[in-house]
Amino acid sequence: MTKKEKKIVRPGPDSHNLCFVRDEDAPILPAPPSEVGVTGWLYHNIFQSMNDFSSIQSCIKSILAAFFTLFVFYFFVTQLYGFVDFALISAVWSDPEGLKRQACWTLEQGGSLPDGWHGACWPYIIAKAKFIMYGAYPGGELWRVNLTYLIGGSMLAWVLIEPLPFRKLVGFVLLVFYPMFATVMLSGGGGGFSTTVVGVSTLLGLSLLTISRLGKRGELPKIFSDIVAISGTAGWALIFIAAFIVVTGFDSGLINVDTRDWGGLLITLVVATTAIVASLPLGILLALGRRSEMPIARSLSIIFIEFWRGVPLITVLFMASVMIPLFMPEGVNFDSLLRALIGVTLWQSAYMAEVIRGGLQAIDKGQYEAADSMGLTYWQSMRLIILPQALKHVLPGIVNTVISVFKDTSLVSIVGIFDLLGATQSTLADAAWSTPVQSPTGYLVVASIFFVFCFGMSRYSMHLERKLNRGH
Amino acid sequence: MAQKNNKVSPDEVVVSMDQVNKWFGQFHVLRDINLQVNRGERIVICGPSGSGKSTLIRCLNRLEEHQQGNISVHGIELNNDVKNIDEIRREVGMVFQHFNLFPHLSILENCMLAPVWVRKTPRVEAEETAMHFLHRVKIPEQAHKYPGQLSGGQQQRVAIARALCMQPQLMLFDEPTSALDPEMIKEVLDTMVELAEDGMTMICVTHEMGFARKVANRVIFMDEGQIIEQNEPEAFFNNPQSDRTKLFLSQILGH
Repeated sequence: MTKKEKKIVRPGPDSHNLCFVRDEDAPILPAPPSEVGVTGWLYHNIFQSMNDFSSIQSCIKSILAAFFTLFVFYFFVTQLYGFVDFALISAVWSDPEGLKRQACWTLEQGGSLPDGWHGACWPYIIAKAKFIMYGAYPGGELWRVNLTYLIGGSMLAWVLIEPLPFRKLVGFVLLVFYPMFATVMLSGGGGGFSTTVVGVSTLLGLSLLTISRLGKRGELPKIFSDIVAISGTAGWALIFIAAFIVVTGFDSGLINVDTRDWGGLLITLVVATTAIVASLPLGILLALGRRSEMPIARSLSIIFIEFWRGVPLITVLFMASVMIPLFMPEGVNFDSLLRALIGVTLWQSAYMAEVIRGGLQAIDKGQYEAADSMGLTYWQSMRLIILPQALKHVLPGIVNTVISVFKDTSLVSIVGIFDLLGATQSTLADAAWSTPVQSPTGYLVVASIFFVFCFGMSRYSMHLERKLNRGH
Repeated sequence: MAQKNNKVSPDEVVVSMDQVNKWFGQFHVLRDINLQVNRGERIVICGPSGSGKSTLIRCLNRLEEHQQGNISVHGIELNNDVKNIDEIRREVGMVFQHFNLFPHLSILENCMLAPVWVRKTPRVEAEETAMHFLHRVKIPEQAHKYPGQLSGGQQQRVAIARALCMQPQLMLFDEPTSALDPEMIKEVLDTMVELAEDGMTMICVTHEMGFARKVANRVIFMDEGQIIEQNEPEAFFNNPQSDRTKLFLSQILGH
């Protein structure tokens, strides 16, 4: 290595140069193109593996990497093109003469399209759109479904979008009042209500609330302190159930639409939303119960979780469908959709419980100790310290389970309920639209709708994770 | 060297441990512990690892349960009665080796949490108290940051402020500087010295012998679950009586 004769002593591999003091800062230079911008991205993601030609081995590796990259690129482009071609470019968009299936037939089948044509048949979807979205819901009442969607969607957006005010209040209304509203809107309400059930539920709820109030004022022996903590929530839950039954029993003046007539996207959204919203708190309780030191809570939680995880969802739906009516007194009509809802919710809460338990286990013992040493009660430390951290840790797992149950709702077709997939499949049986492209078109639509919802949930969770990541 | 501002009240007993024994399964981890701490006293407990020092102070706020003997804190007996445990925990503040700050809350919220939820203090008052103690530990400007954004020394000082916000009668320190870089140990020890000079009763498990000399009324040496020797700091360091104490001191002060 050449050394320039300079007054500044530079550090080098020369062992005689042990003493070195920097007197002038080395310049801070901009990064080379291979590190920043588009060229940087291209370099790091594509070209880095193929620029090494120093030996025979690395030559071969570089050339193989180049070929593989080209192959993947080609594959990706052709597949994408194939998809775009089917869905958009070659697709048939309208059927002005009302030919129905003939509009999507090639010449040799009797239609007017060139032989070898392969594209989506959109008029079929347009004709069946109402059934795919709403099932057999009466056409004149669709405004009720749309209104329910609109109100629910906007309230949800309000809760999720950061800068808006009153998010907690809207969230509360969404969780407590919207279910009652939606049930009345969609089903029409009416049918009265069982005064015994409502009465029992209200009385039980009120007594639990009283216990909670007394406990907080310290008028109960301390042994009951843990029961007092949850009796408040349990009391409100029972009162909510009673209110729900009363509100949905009232005659609202709307035409009754039996749940058997609901179908398509409506069913998918109803089942998925109910299962997700109900299984999350239930899952939290089960996870806490399983980790509890009280033997009864622990064994009950373990039995519940292991039972529901050991049974496939299809079996659960069958059992709910067939067995629940056996336990009902004669003549009591337990709505088939409600049976499916209960089954999916209980099944899902077992999975959710295990995901959450993973998060609870990941919390450092020191957090529990710090909370205890400050004198916080069990439920206070869970609510304020442990659960916020645990849920944040397993957010990917929770979202995974949520997306999974959204798609699992398709299984309700086993018990005769037509969800999005079931409704679309039943339209495939319509001979008036029978073409070779009927199935691909139908399934393309179903897949796209599922993708939009699932990907949306996934993106929101990524946003949430980034927001919650406060550098620890 | 700071004047030892000893406002020790010999008649007010804050901690009383009487023939306390504890087992972890088969292992006898605390053996015949007898200890009395009066108000205003500063106790330093030292000893080799595994000697039971941390276990001893953790028994005082029921983070560990003792199987035999009597412990009473501030006159309240420590037993299985939840009411007693809660009362004791309100009066005893603890600072941990690994800080144990709540990462999802800001510094101010960390300090306000206990007063608001345990003592039911109104939020405004709790915030004032929190800012007061953050000033005391000299990091008021960090109030709205999160623990992950602070250095180790700052985090430990926040932990001290958080414990002080409950205005406890007794402070327990479990190796508060053991997880810190050397340049941050001084800021935490200075805070603890100030606390001691203000008359706080404290029991400190630490290896910082300089701190012990400066501030402690008593130094206790523990080994294998027993209290081997206790004495005033000068006598303890200059004239250790037991062989085990001599060995330990030679190891810790030798280099």
